[in-house]
Amino acid sequence: MSAHAIEHVEDHHDDHGHHHKETFLTKYIFSQDHKMISKQYLITGLFMGIIGIAMSILFRLQLAWPDKEFTIYEVLLGKWGEGGVMDPNVYLALVTIHGTIMVFFVLTAGLSGTFSNLLIPLQIGARDMASGFLNMVSYWLFFLSSVIMVMSLFVEAGPASAGWTIYPPLSALPQAIPGSGAGMTLWLVSMAIFIASSLLGSLNYIVTVLNLRTKGMSMTRLPLTIWAFFVTAIIGVVSFPVLFSAALMLIMDRSFGTSFFLSDIYIAGEVLHNQGGSPVLFEHLFWFLGHPEVYIVILPAMGMVSEIMATNARKPIFGYRAMVASILAIAFLSTIVWGHHMFISGMNPFLGSVFTFTTLLIAIPSAVKSFNWITTIWRGNLQMNTGMLFSIGFVSTFITGGLTGIILGDSALDINVHDTYFVVAHFHLVMGISALYGLFAGVYHWFPKMFQGRMLNKNLGYVHFWVTVIGAYGVFFPMHFIGMAGLPRRYYTNTAFPYFDDLADVNVVITIFAIITAAAQLVFLYNFIHSMFHGKKGPKNPWKSTTLEWTAEVKHIHGNWDGPIPHVHRWAYDYSKLNKDETDYVIPGQDYIPQHIPIKDNEEELNH
Amino acid sequence: MDTTVAKTGTEGKTWGGGNKPLNASYGKMMMWFFIVSDALTFSGFVAAYGFSRFKFIDAWPIADEVFTHVPFLHGVPAPMYYVAFMTFILIFSSVTMVLAVDAGHKMQKNKVIWYMFATIIGGAIFVGSQAWEWATFIKGDYGAVETKGGKILQFLDTEGNRVALADFTEHIPSAREVHLEKNGVWYDAEETQTTFTFEEVKAGFLANDNLLVRTQYYDENGEPTVLSREESVAKIVNDGKLVVEGANLKHNEYGHPLFADFFFFITGFHGFHVFTGVLINIIIFFNVVIGTYERRGSYEMVEKVGLYWHFVDLVWVFVFTFFYLV
Repeated sequence: MSAHAIEHVEDHHDDHGHHHKETFLTKYIFSQDHKMISKQYLITGLFMGIIGIAMSILFRLQLAWPDKEFTIYEVLLGKWGEGGVMDPNVYLALVTIHGTIMVFFVLTAGLSGTFSNLLIPLQIGARDMASGFLNMVSYWLFFLSSVIMVMSLFVEAGPASAGWTIYPPLSALPQAIPGSGAGMTLWLVSMAIFIASSLLGSLNYIVTVLNLRTKGMSMTRLPLTIWAFFVTAIIGVVSFPVLFSAALMLIMDRSFGTSFFLSDIYIAGEVLHNQGGSPVLFEHLFWFLGHPEVYIVILPAMGMVSEIMATNARKPIFGYRAMVASILAIAFLSTIVWGHHMFISGMNPFLGSVFTFTTLLIAIPSAVKSFNWITTIWRGNLQMNTGMLFSIGFVSTFITGGLTGIILGDSALDINVHDTYFVVAHFHLVMGISALYGLFAGVYHWFPKMFQGRMLNKNLGYVHFWVTVIGAYGVFFPMHFIGMAGLPRRYYTNTAFPYFDDLADVNVVITIFAIITAAAQLVFLYNFIHSMFHGKKGPKNPWKSTTLEWTAEVKHIHGNWDGPIPHVHRWAYDYSKLNKDETDYVIPGQDYIPQHIPIKDNEEELNH
Repeated sequence: MDTTVAKTGTEGKTWGGGNKPLNASYGKMMMWFFIVSDALTFSGFVAAYGFSRFKFIDAWPIADEVFTHVPFLHGVPAPMYYVAFMTFILIFSSVTMVLAVDAGHKMQKNKVIWYMFATIIGGAIFVGSQAWEWATFIKGDYGAVETKGGKILQFLDTEGNRVALADFTEHIPSAREVHLEKNGVWYDAEETQTTFTFEEVKAGFLANDNLLVRTQYYDENGEPTVLSREESVAKIVNDGKLVVEGANLKHNEYGHPLFADFFFFITGFHGFHVFTGVLINIIIFFNVVIGTYERRGSYEMVEKVGLYWHFVDLVWVFVFTFFYLV
């Protein structure tokens, strides 16, 4: 099979004029072309994102005005919103599915699936992914898991409601709450398929980066995007299977009577036979995936931000090797810190201190990256394109959210704020909003590459950016304070506790910001759809970027380059490089040198 | 910026691009990374097993006393003999797989066919043996009594030999009314009934003075705790609740139910891997027979399924070690 595929790639070298006849089905539906698959991922991801964000608006309404009736509940939630009053069970379902969709379907598949597929072949100079077929299977498994997840919203007793972390025994006993019934089963089935999809995708990304780099594209000349996608795929291959084992054991506990996670349970007047299992075991297995998962979400965003910042600052990325090393360090550390999610689950304080230590170590590579981004734009010739604005926004939210991570990562300090809105604020800023900014930055920057030269409207982009950036801070900044005041997360209403009455107004402010921010996403959506068909066509290399994807044909052809694949002669960040005499740029009048341009006589070769 | 002049030309270097730095095709590497991923799934299971076993280290059944049967040798105690045989077969099938891959490198079609065939047979024997092992484990051995707290009590005679329930139980005639589906709307099929009721076992136990009870706990010397006759009688009369014969996902006559849960789950998951491995091997076998790889000029597919097969064998080595040996 592989030998065959390699021949296939080879004969495109010689015989590039020849193309297969494509039908509608093979071109748009069961496409094996990485560019089409990337768009399929993006659009499915955005669709799931709309559902996820809409859910957050519904439960924010409930939190802000728990005593008011909203017809919208009845319209959207049916029997769970009768008379405009939200059912407590559906509140739990909404936060559960919001978390699941945003983490897995939008920020894992929608982000890494989209941009790994689009950029890996184009930036390393390959005709396509190593296996176009498995790539297609990967997307369609993702699609299937999305369909099942959406279907689970419509089962009679409601979708899964045990939180996106689905801790047993709540998730393991169908009689526990309505959401632990068929909804939970569908959740597990959907996630099992999602894991298979993620595995196939990741295998493809890894071997493509290893084997299909064009001549001269050494590992140290790879754009940082590719390094990020590559390492993200490795983390996925290492951590998702452990979630898979936890999910399988949970299915056994739910449906076949085993006791892996269950012990000594008395429910609905009945003593269950289960003995000996441990829910903490589930937590260990879950968070062994769950923690690396947040890096699966954030690393692709980091890679894209590095690339977009260097391009739009017209400066080489600061500390290329340090950036690569910190990606690797983050990937390694991500697998040994999972315990910080479990400090108060009865963990031995000594073990807690070990996890505190490893967790705080992550601050080092994270700080290296943050400082490198800042020094990259320091005294740069900044081009305030929308992608650049979102990249700067990313660095801002990553630092803001990262600083609170130092507090939460400390087992002693964590006791005071665990399970409060402080945690919600932390992870939304550091991985949720940051990764979304990375996603937006990527869409604005690479939209011309996806839609054959069409650009997104810049002015609508500015509106989108500024409303989003102010709105997102407006949502999550106050959460730090209500969290420190002790407001617990996942509560349907706080009116039962007079202690929290003072915080009611802050919750109203947060909800108003959330609605405004969500409305701003409609601007983006309009811009996206409109520009897809009517966007202004830009030049072939609209951002004057050095990387290989801008040398490929604007029109999408199978095989990316109409002629031979370009060879690479330099790293990806030769921006504003001066000639030997420092009289002009190396190419006079052009402040960037694309990767495929050979080293000139009038420039010094640099050791990056 | 760094201004040291240095050679950045990477052309012709191993990792310089335009070649295969690990000297392996993408398909083979995919198989390797898939194996990494699958290995971590198994690691998750084995870690969970270790976690649970150490939690109940004072009550974990000893494999030597559980897996004592060999087909056709009824009543002959042969601890681990059969599983050792299964392991040998599986490892030997790895050897024939290596020979098939090697023959493939040399493009010797007939040799590939025969070695693949031997591998498939080995795999089939292993899967079949595992089915027999499961059946034996499910059927049970001596039978035991479960207490109200879910603990297992086994029976010994005064010499310390295990005694089967059938050997001492007193038959108490009783009429059991069975609820049938035709008699009501609310009908749940009842669970399989044990051969004896608890009352029968209790009566038989009280009538035989030479019987003692062994609990599932070990004493400080690591020896099973055997109660005196008085303690045994008190234990059965006060705490006994139901009869357990064999093992399933809820009850386990050999000791802690988690032992059975993990045994079924991990050997089952591994057995599923062997089963799929055999199926894939059969597909590849027929491809070899009809000459697909001969025409393609490469037997790499045989090599790829070989990788998977070796991985499945390696996993068994760990399962065998952790479930049977230690």
